[in-house]
Amino acid sequence: MTHWPLLSLVTFLPLVGVAFIMLARGDDEIVARNARNIALSTSLVVFALSIVLWVEFNPNTAAFQFVENARWITIGGFTIRYHMGIDGISLFFVLLSTLLTVLCVLHSWTNVHSQVREYMIAFLVQETMMVGVFCALDFILFYVFFEGVLVPMFLIIGVWGGPRRIYSAFKFFLYTLLGSVLSLLAIIAVYFQTGSTDITVALAHSFPAHLQTWLWLAFFASFAIKVPMWPVHTWLPDAHVEAPTAGSVILAGILLKLGGYGFIRFSLPMFPLASAYFTPMMFALSAIAVIYTSFVALAQTDMKKLIAYSSIAHMGFVTAGLFAVTSEAVQGAMIQMLSHGLVSAALFLVVGVIYDRLHTRDIDRYAGLADNMPAYAFVFMCMMLASVGLPGTSGFVGEFLIMLGVFRVSTTECFLIATGLFLGAMYMLYLYRRIIFGTITRVDVRHMLDLNLREKLVFAPLLAIVLWMGVYPNSFLAPMRASVDHVVHQVHAAQQAALRRRTVLSSDEIAPAKAGSYGSILSTVEAWAPAVAAMTGKGG
Amino acid sequence: MALAVVFLPLLAAAIAGFFGRAIGDRLSQAVTCGALLVSMGLGIALFFVVILPHAGPQTVPIASWIVAGGLDADWALRLDTLSGVMILVVTIVSAMVHIYSVGYMAEDPGIPRFMSYLSLFTFFMLMLVTADNFVQLFFGWEGVGLCSYLLIGYWYDRPSADAAAIKAFIVNRVGDFGFALGIFAVFVIFGSLDFTTVFAKAPAEANTVIDFLGWRVAALPLACVLLFVGAMGKSAQIGLHTWLPDAMEGPTPVSALIHAATMVTAGVFMVARLSPLFEYAPTALAVVGVIGGTTAMFAASIGMAQNDIKRVIAYSTCSQLGYMFFAAGVSAYMAAMFHLFTHAFFKALLFLGAGSVIHAMGGEQDMRRMGGLWRKVPITYVVMWIGALSLSGIPLFSGYYSKDTILAAAWASGTAVGRYSFTLGTLAAFMTAFYSFRLIFMTFHGETRADHATLHHAHESPWVMLIPLIVLAAGAALAGYFTEPYFVGALHTWFWHNSILVLPQDNSLQAAERLHGIVTYAPLAAGLLGIATAYLFYIVDPAIPERLAIQYRAIYLFLLNKWYFDELYDRLFVNTAFSLGDGLWKVGDGRIIDGLGPDGIAAAATELAREASRAQTGYVYHYAFAMLIGVVALVTWYLFPR
Repeated sequence: MTHWPLLSLVTFLPLVGVAFIMLARGDDEIVARNARNIALSTSLVVFALSIVLWVEFNPNTAAFQFVENARWITIGGFTIRYHMGIDGISLFFVLLSTLLTVLCVLHSWTNVHSQVREYMIAFLVQETMMVGVFCALDFILFYVFFEGVLVPMFLIIGVWGGPRRIYSAFKFFLYTLLGSVLSLLAIIAVYFQTGSTDITVALAHSFPAHLQTWLWLAFFASFAIKVPMWPVHTWLPDAHVEAPTAGSVILAGILLKLGGYGFIRFSLPMFPLASAYFTPMMFALSAIAVIYTSFVALAQTDMKKLIAYSSIAHMGFVTAGLFAVTSEAVQGAMIQMLSHGLVSAALFLVVGVIYDRLHTRDIDRYAGLADNMPAYAFVFMCMMLASVGLPGTSGFVGEFLIMLGVFRVSTTECFLIATGLFLGAMYMLYLYRRIIFGTITRVDVRHMLDLNLREKLVFAPLLAIVLWMGVYPNSFLAPMRASVDHVVHQVHAAQQAALRRRTVLSSDEIAPAKAGSYGSILSTVEAWAPAVAAMTGKGG
Repeated sequence: MALAVVFLPLLAAAIAGFFGRAIGDRLSQAVTCGALLVSMGLGIALFFVVILPHAGPQTVPIASWIVAGGLDADWALRLDTLSGVMILVVTIVSAMVHIYSVGYMAEDPGIPRFMSYLSLFTFFMLMLVTADNFVQLFFGWEGVGLCSYLLIGYWYDRPSADAAAIKAFIVNRVGDFGFALGIFAVFVIFGSLDFTTVFAKAPAEANTVIDFLGWRVAALPLACVLLFVGAMGKSAQIGLHTWLPDAMEGPTPVSALIHAATMVTAGVFMVARLSPLFEYAPTALAVVGVIGGTTAMFAASIGMAQNDIKRVIAYSTCSQLGYMFFAAGVSAYMAAMFHLFTHAFFKALLFLGAGSVIHAMGGEQDMRRMGGLWRKVPITYVVMWIGALSLSGIPLFSGYYSKDTILAAAWASGTAVGRYSFTLGTLAAFMTAFYSFRLIFMTFHGETRADHATLHHAHESPWVMLIPLIVLAAGAALAGYFTEPYFVGALHTWFWHNSILVLPQDNSLQAAERLHGIVTYAPLAAGLLGIATAYLFYIVDPAIPERLAIQYRAIYLFLLNKWYFDELYDRLFVNTAFSLGDGLWKVGDGRIIDGLGPDGIAAAATELAREASRAQTGYVYHYAFAMLIGVVALVTWYLFPR
């Protein structure tokens, strides 16, 4: 284990890059070139450092690693600590953030013309915020990053966005404001409960049942909007449509994961009873997300909107998997989040490639690109297949594990989300057909050029990781296993303890267990008992 | 050796796919064909040297794949007689199709891409048949589906081909929806997805009950039926068959390899592979039998009225797969596999022969514009006859042995499902012979109906196409006679060696050996009658079919329009999906969620602001009046005791 403050380096090195970019002087051309070079080299160094995290990571423990803990602010008896650390759950989100930042900088090399310096600064600041969110182990610190990440995104959409960017930013603001206020209230409540803003303290704390419900709902408001879950999803298609390509990549790749990360980091372990109580609701909303948005995606004529809606459907799998709380489903949800981070990012880049050439997102403007853009068609095909979860790609591992785990808990839910197998294929194949297949009828389409070297360099790592994760997912599953199992066990233990208390109080009140049906908290918990036993029997 | 058999095609596919442009058409063809020939040679050697003498381990592990929670799935090759037979079929037919494609696709601009897809398909198919667990089975299963999609849509500039490709993928995905749920059910029942573990535990779980969608149901039959839904999709059984005829949009070698000999038989293979599960789920077997018997008859009936030469053979494939399924449904898995084996030869032969005819006719596929071609394409003509005789079940030809065994086993099983499928199967045997020879007579005999120019250019195919035809024709003629003792005859217990499980009380094959009397001759009689009818209709008096079509117009249209499945599905599902999507988007997202949510709140806020601003009129007496009211209200509030 190294003694370097690795996490702080990964988190704040981008800000050093920002400082260097700000020092750049000269005419616009030189400043832009320097900004690009500095941004690329900074993000590459950060990415390399984050790889060190992965290599040095100890997969055998659920404890936080690379921990840094120092006093930050003290006011009277109130102390905020600078507490950072990662476990198997946050490790890959950090990696995903640093990777996508590199690719975003590379992608934006030539297609951003105005205010290049500010653009690169926004992305580097964004990187600091993203990495910070996943490393923070103090609620205040977390909240600063969690909200701070929105600022660069607002600017990216607002300054470099499309024509309706004001409406989109406003809509996004309206949604997140509500969530943020409620989650801040919840964080304050947690502080009064535990007497500390430390996340590790809160994770070990046992909250009273009645409070769990309220705190769960407050956090839910914030996370559900980020995911986004149906019916608070309508900001996403608009935000994506207006955002520049690289903005969409970060939005789909990282910002949506904040919701899922919040659920698994806070909601499940801190409020296990409330989680069980709300599981039927989460299942219902997830199933609606999968089915509803798949149909909506089918009706789209705007490429970015279509992929935005597909994101909602894919995140529906994630929320279903997380709240099934079986080892398979939660690991599946983690893989699905990573996979979606890569695949949807790649799909937005795929859209970006042809948008750069023809400046329209209208599907009907394109046809027959297989003729003059074969490399592009190949990349698009691979990413489309990963999106529909073809075995051998990352998408399959995620969806398969989720459904496998969900089936144990609720066959109905599994049945409903499994329709995503063909609903997802429906809109993606239809999209691919309209853009890539057919015959070219327009002159400007005929003159579009295939991927250039820089674009290939952007796609190559994404493609490689998507296949790697599909063929040998154990590289990713192994480091997260201990942490995920820890959460699963913690949740089940709390639920069983509550069940035992209830049994002692009134042993004859409990209805017979009815696995797989939506019922009260008790029947849900009871339905899990065999699954828990099976898993603890396996030795974790 | 096993690894080389499976991975050589993948390597070839990668080379032809990524470097096809660099190395050129010729080298791409050489690499893929060469790899496939080597793979075939090794596959045959593997079968006779390792698998049959049981000289090696049954499982060749490659790597660990997914380990999560209770799931531990490996990449591994399972080598037993069942996968061995499939390796033989897949590598032989695939090698022949590769070689044939060199000639058939000679003038196509995308040769490396085509060859790459074919090799990639072979890889996935081999992964499927050698799967050691459900997850790898699913990997191969979806992989072949992908290649099928790519190859059906190979000529992507044709809208019909694109539509057919999407249809194939999505209908298969509907099947896979069932398949996946079946896999999950197996996992919940057994706690493992490994074949060996699951099969060993199957007898103990025969009476397990689980919850499914709120009902308490028997676990094994549920899992088996769900898995069979996947097989129905892949093997184009009634209800999920609509993609197969459309799949004929792909180049003909593809139809021969994927949509006749190998991929579509994956469903049958899967049921045979899972015989240790299905044997303990008699209800599921009954479902398999009924669906199979129905499809056999239903698809054959449509085949009688089609005019596109490839569609006739496509429906025939559908129908023959039905035979295999109802064989499995009466526990005669070995007979099903036997028919799969012989069918691979004669059906690939018929498709490639049809391809040769189409090639000769410059792309014409409508049999109404053919006729009298036998002089022009004599070798194709002869091999097509062999294929048709084999398909019709004429003694000494391969199809006779397998089909006869299936029908005998169905009757001998003595169950209601067996009787049902025997009846429909015999009826289908008549129809099969009829459409086979209708095809032969309409294409090769009688007066020609082709226009002069086409006929003038009609020519026999090059040797690179004819040699595969001759190899397959040899198989179609002889394979059945020589292999019958091993597959279903005296030596079958030694041959299969535990790779297929049949419970003693279900042994319909054994019962079939004791069968005698009229039942044993019925299939042959039906076949001969079918040929005679076709002869009467299309050689003796070609006016009869027209008269019948007019007289029984409703029936004719019903058959010609394929029982109206496509129209029904379009109306029920396709149109509904699009309008539902549109409605949910515009009404659900637009009016309800946004209307009540952000847009509504924004509008309300604006409205409130406007109301508030209206109070600011600018007249001093308005403000003064408001102040007065306020003062009065405050004073009242403080003065009155509460």
